[in-house]
Amino acid sequence: MNGADAVLRSLEAEGIEVVFGLPGGAVLPLYDAMARGTTVRHVLARHEQGAGHMAEGYARASGRVGVAVATSGPGATNLVTPIADAWMDSTPLVCITGQVRTHLIGTDAFQECDIVGVTIPIVKHSWLVQDVADIPQVLKDAFHVARTGRCGPVLVDIPRDVQEAETEFEYPDEPDLPGWRPPRRVHARQVDAAAAALARAEKPVLYVGGGVLNADACAELFELAEAVRAPVVTTLMAKGAFPETHELFFGWPGMHGPKWSNWAMNKCDLLVAVGARFDDRVTGRLSAFAPSATVVHLDIDPAEIGKLRSADIPVVGPLADVLAGMTERVRTIGAAPRTDAWLRQVEEWRDEFPLRYSRNGGDMLKPQAVLETLRDLTAGRDDVVWTTGVGQHQMWAMQYLVCNRPRTFITSGGLGTMGYGLPAAVGAKAARPDATVVCVDGDGCFQMTCQELATAVLEDLPIVVVIVNNGYLGMVQQWQTMFFDERLSHVHLTHQVPDYATLAEAYGAAGFTISSEDELEPVLAEALALGRTAVVDCRVDPREQCFPMIPAGAAALDLIEYAEPEEVVG
Amino acid sequence: MKHTLAVLVENQPGALMRIASMFARRGYNIESLAVGPTERLDVSRVTIRVDCEQHPLERIEKQMHKLVNVLRVAELAPGESVERELALIKVTAPPERRAELLALAEVFHARVADLGPEALVFEVVGGPEEIDSFEELVRPHGVKELVRTGRIGLTRASDRQGIKRRQHILR
Repeated sequence: MNGADAVLRSLEAEGIEVVFGLPGGAVLPLYDAMARGTTVRHVLARHEQGAGHMAEGYARASGRVGVAVATSGPGATNLVTPIADAWMDSTPLVCITGQVRTHLIGTDAFQECDIVGVTIPIVKHSWLVQDVADIPQVLKDAFHVARTGRCGPVLVDIPRDVQEAETEFEYPDEPDLPGWRPPRRVHARQVDAAAAALARAEKPVLYVGGGVLNADACAELFELAEAVRAPVVTTLMAKGAFPETHELFFGWPGMHGPKWSNWAMNKCDLLVAVGARFDDRVTGRLSAFAPSATVVHLDIDPAEIGKLRSADIPVVGPLADVLAGMTERVRTIGAAPRTDAWLRQVEEWRDEFPLRYSRNGGDMLKPQAVLETLRDLTAGRDDVVWTTGVGQHQMWAMQYLVCNRPRTFITSGGLGTMGYGLPAAVGAKAARPDATVVCVDGDGCFQMTCQELATAVLEDLPIVVVIVNNGYLGMVQQWQTMFFDERLSHVHLTHQVPDYATLAEAYGAAGFTISSEDELEPVLAEALALGRTAVVDCRVDPREQCFPMIPAGAAALDLIEYAEPEEVVG
Repeated sequence: MKHTLAVLVENQPGALMRIASMFARRGYNIESLAVGPTERLDVSRVTIRVDCEQHPLERIEKQMHKLVNVLRVAELAPGESVERELALIKVTAPPERRAELLALAEVFHARVADLGPEALVFEVVGGPEEIDSFEELVRPHGVKELVRTGRIGLTRASDRQGIKRRQHILR
């Protein structure tokens, strides 16, 4: 067999079911090996960025490692955005790129790019394979690094002649990584200290981040929350990690989180960060964040401890073990939870400051109504997976959709990658063929990756795309309106161009257009039940802004609440 | 506050680039960096002098540990380690000034590595502070060119606990 065969045999040995990619010159041997037969399904994307986000969506929906394949040069550089996205959101991703022949490396050959060099700051590790015999071990190591410790992306760059060289194949049992030693055990004394602090806290909050999903620790989180009766807030990345209809669930913190969630976080006496990293979008001005809280920080990554907010009680280790250990310890302590008054207080805030928007102001469809209708149409279903783009629609999706199960809300958090939602939905559908996968997208986001509608249609990975179309780069428009004296600069996309329904039909998908509230329910219901790829263009009021909002650099307690929309000019 | 880190890395292509890139990306200041072989063929040693004014040492060490090629990170604590540096200094040295320069060199155990009609090259090995002093003293004579290797170091033979102690803190 040759090196390309060895790549496929390695993927098979890893149990990889599907890869997302696009062929090109430097991966011709690899694609030839696919044509000769493999159990690995290849999903043909229309752009390597799409392939990368599909692999991310697959990883986030399934909990397994996503795999993307691209050729050298531009194919590889098109993967840079998904790699950076996976880096910021700790998504396990293995990218396999072709490289020009070994003797051409360094000569500025056709489609040559030092992709290992380009991606060094945004991968956990990368390999340029120079000897065909190394392929199985490198792939073993690559998958191991991607999914152990704090998850993240890795890159394996394989020159074309290495793919063509003859080799023997034997897949190693163990990785060969003397320098890679992620924490495996938990410091029992630290767990005890964290549990003791939580058991005696009167005003605790569990601040839950995406790490809980990567650690498959949602059940353990649930147990602990119930044992101590602490309010739970989940970050954008963790939406769904704790059931949102549960009495202890109190929303999402940060820039567009509801007032009650932010108040709970900022007025608590004990903040337990669980796989969360004190991102600026969560904390607002760091120096004013949760000023009187004792901080317990639970994380698999020691480098996150004290990076932004110093931890009074740090606990490093696999979160499932940490949380289970804390619950056990709390039960041993056996003290009755003292959080009743605090829970009542947060409930009061929730009742006093609900999310709201105005239905007045003309007959235009309100974006929030689109999300509310989607929420109502899917109520009680546990077979719906949501993805989003980035911007206002994403924040409304966070605020209005209800996710009761882990891995059902897939979004680009850290990098804020517009265009993430549609390809991520295609990848999520590959992971969850049983689920109805819905991408809530913005009109700006949709236009960045809408070519992947072809992939959804032709690969039989049907998705529903609901475009919250306000005709603007909405979030930029919001900032220009609020912080740049309403001088709108290059944000007007128009409601009409392109005609999204016609575009969808051109791709062989169903297209719908909605511009009034009474169409919402019947059309969205039809699209959700269709069983084929559909695009629903919801033309919404461009004057609607996303609130509440903590302005960048402001203290979280100084959030701006909803105001009636004013006329948008431009 | 400045610290010296001894970092053992796998002798792999790009290992140094990964360290340098991480320092650059996170805004950590490197004062000097020296790389070379060790007693093991597959392991190189990077000695990094870092300025921890803005970023605490512990944070830098933790980020280093996340690099897959990095095998071990240890601080060479002052007093518990031997640190040396080599400098080559080309100094203007007309015949009438040579005696003075050579006397100076003798104090610092500097060798004359090369001698020309108008200049000479000193080779001086020592603790980085000694080299600083020597540099300062010859500077008035006219330094034409100067190069320093950056410091390297080992824990003292008499202190076997140094590295172990640091590692315990990191785990």
